[in-house]
Amino acid sequence: MKTVEDLKRLREQLQSDNRIRHSAGTQIIVGMGTCGIAAGAREVLSAILDEIAKNKIRDVNVTQTGCIGMCEQEVLVDIVRAGEPRISYGRVTPDFIPTLIAEHVVNGRIVEERVIGKITK
Amino acid sequence: MKHIRSHVLVCGGTGCSSSGSKKVMEALKQELELKGLESEVKVVETGCHGFCEMGPIMIIYPEGTFYCRVQPEDAPEIVDVHIYKGRIVNRLLYREPISHEMIPNFEHMQFYKKQLRRILVNCGHINPEIIEEYIAVGGYTALGKALTEMKPEEIIEEMKKSGLRGRGGAGFPTGMKWGFARNAPGTQKYVVCNADEGDPGAFMDRSVLEGDPHRVLEGMAICGYAMGASEGYIYCRAEYPLAIKRLHIAIKQALDMGLLGDNIFGSGFNFHIKIKEGAGAFVCGEETALLASIEGRRGTPRPRPPFPANSGLWGKPTNINNVETFANVPNIINDGAEAYASVGTAKSKGTKVFALTGKINNTGLAEVPMGITMREIIYEIGGGIPNGKKFKAVQIGGPSGGCLPEEMLDLQIDYESLTNAGAMMGSGGLVVLDETTCMVDMAKFFLNFTQKESCGKCTPCREGTMRMLEILTRITEGQGREGDIELLESLAKNIKASALCGLGQTAPNPVLSTLRYFRHEYEAHIRDKKCPAGACAKLAGYKITELCKGCGLCKKACPVEAISGEIKGQHVINQEKCIKCGACMAKCPFKAIIKS
Repeated sequence: MKTVEDLKRLREQLQSDNRIRHSAGTQIIVGMGTCGIAAGAREVLSAILDEIAKNKIRDVNVTQTGCIGMCEQEVLVDIVRAGEPRISYGRVTPDFIPTLIAEHVVNGRIVEERVIGKITK
Repeated sequence: MKHIRSHVLVCGGTGCSSSGSKKVMEALKQELELKGLESEVKVVETGCHGFCEMGPIMIIYPEGTFYCRVQPEDAPEIVDVHIYKGRIVNRLLYREPISHEMIPNFEHMQFYKKQLRRILVNCGHINPEIIEEYIAVGGYTALGKALTEMKPEEIIEEMKKSGLRGRGGAGFPTGMKWGFARNAPGTQKYVVCNADEGDPGAFMDRSVLEGDPHRVLEGMAICGYAMGASEGYIYCRAEYPLAIKRLHIAIKQALDMGLLGDNIFGSGFNFHIKIKEGAGAFVCGEETALLASIEGRRGTPRPRPPFPANSGLWGKPTNINNVETFANVPNIINDGAEAYASVGTAKSKGTKVFALTGKINNTGLAEVPMGITMREIIYEIGGGIPNGKKFKAVQIGGPSGGCLPEEMLDLQIDYESLTNAGAMMGSGGLVVLDETTCMVDMAKFFLNFTQKESCGKCTPCREGTMRMLEILTRITEGQGREGDIELLESLAKNIKASALCGLGQTAPNPVLSTLRYFRHEYEAHIRDKKCPAGACAKLAGYKITELCKGCGLCKKACPVEAISGEIKGQHVINQEKCIKCGACMAKCPFKAIIKS
């Protein structure tokens, strides 16, 4: 490291790796109740993580939640972009993930035909 | 490759390591591999979270869930329930001591809520063995700013304006000290970091070194630039092996990155840091003794002046600050003196880390703004006194400090208020005492410590503390005489006035402050041969009351066969034979045995 600018550049690059410990912009929530797991939630979660890594998307948090009572629609995936309503997608399968991530997470375009609910605060 | 969706922070501080955090971490990694989750979950070993009582501690992000007293056997459940399914493992959550409420997120815990963590901000949240983690949270930006944007005089001016005072005990203004060292004539100058933390019950410096070592290195380098020194020494006691190990790692990483060494940030400023391991003598925390020890001589103090700022290490101008003081420096340079001084009282600025120990629910480190009251620290952060006992006093500042009784609990804490109350800030160790603690016995404990640690160079300290200890021992054993209190007071006054260094000058403080607030306890020991707290074994006596049903359990429990009696008949204790161990009282199912 030679200059203060070098330090600054390194810091910015490192910060995104540890952002998970502070807060992140977009939240992706996978339903991991018994029903969700039975419907393949784990595979969906894996696909989400692969897709995020592949596209080098920073600033997202992937978490799980329990059963919300719509077991028949599992696997449920909710996406909350900062300041936007929580959008629920139903019957999500791993092959839908690349579209979902590219459209909603990256470009902010809701994939309307797969939406089953919307929660506004 | 997968996106890392979760960070599991496992505390690797000395406290949690000794309660088994290494094994927890191994079990966790193994379990993650078993479940095929190792590529999406990162396990990070951190420094101390300051809540050692509850260790081993684990925090899982992004939720920020705080698990305590985690055992290796818990790993499968944590991985299966929390990491796999995203549900909280309730039984491992922290429960508030009074409300018994379960708190999932550490930010909502009373213990952390009241704190203002500026020095400890990274402790427990970054991996101290990886420099990148420190850089990611803004590490070394203060050094960069100092070297490229500020003149040495400006830094000293900023330090003066911040109002930072030495956190090692005496509370001397840090900026002034740096100024003296800068203005002292000479080309070779030294920066010394005092990491010889020796007060019983104080461990804040160890936690900073273990949890955020780069912060201290950065503070030292800024000091070196400001005073014109190219070499620094850290004098760390050998009883802190983990701190020393992490310092070595940190120094090497900083050198490799060019953040220490020659021509830092192309500014032409060189700074190298060496570590000197002390052999663990309390007196080596005194600055002149510390310097003697670095030079390879016996660790004994010498008279001042000359002060180290003019003639320190190898006779060269030297600035000595303790760990916590240096840890404040990056904040002052980054945020400016005004922001720093916005917290605190008129003469004491910033925050202070206190080590809470003794009879208190939440043992650990609490960083609070200056000016907070002792009541807030003990009852709100510390969670009060365990087992429904009553608060009696708090010993502050270790063996050099004094005690504060209940009526002083609402005192606003700063350097001056504590000194006026007969205690002192010291390094910030707080030992909480409840009603079962005898104040004479407590004073004896601390005097015993300073007496053993006295280096023996000057007579007042060597002989005086010995005589005081003899008197205290005699009082606690029921052999106290009229006039002992006055004798203690006169000895204390003379030692304070004539001892060579801080160790001797402050050694009588625990006796003086207990005499000031708890004189009646001394009198009860001397005149009535009674220990009001029932703590002095030689003055305690056990008696079997008429509640005795004659079961014979006490007779069996007595190790010296001092109890006699027939089955179903009242038993009695032979006071001549009794060694006052209390075994009979613990065994009695009818609460028939009382201490008198």
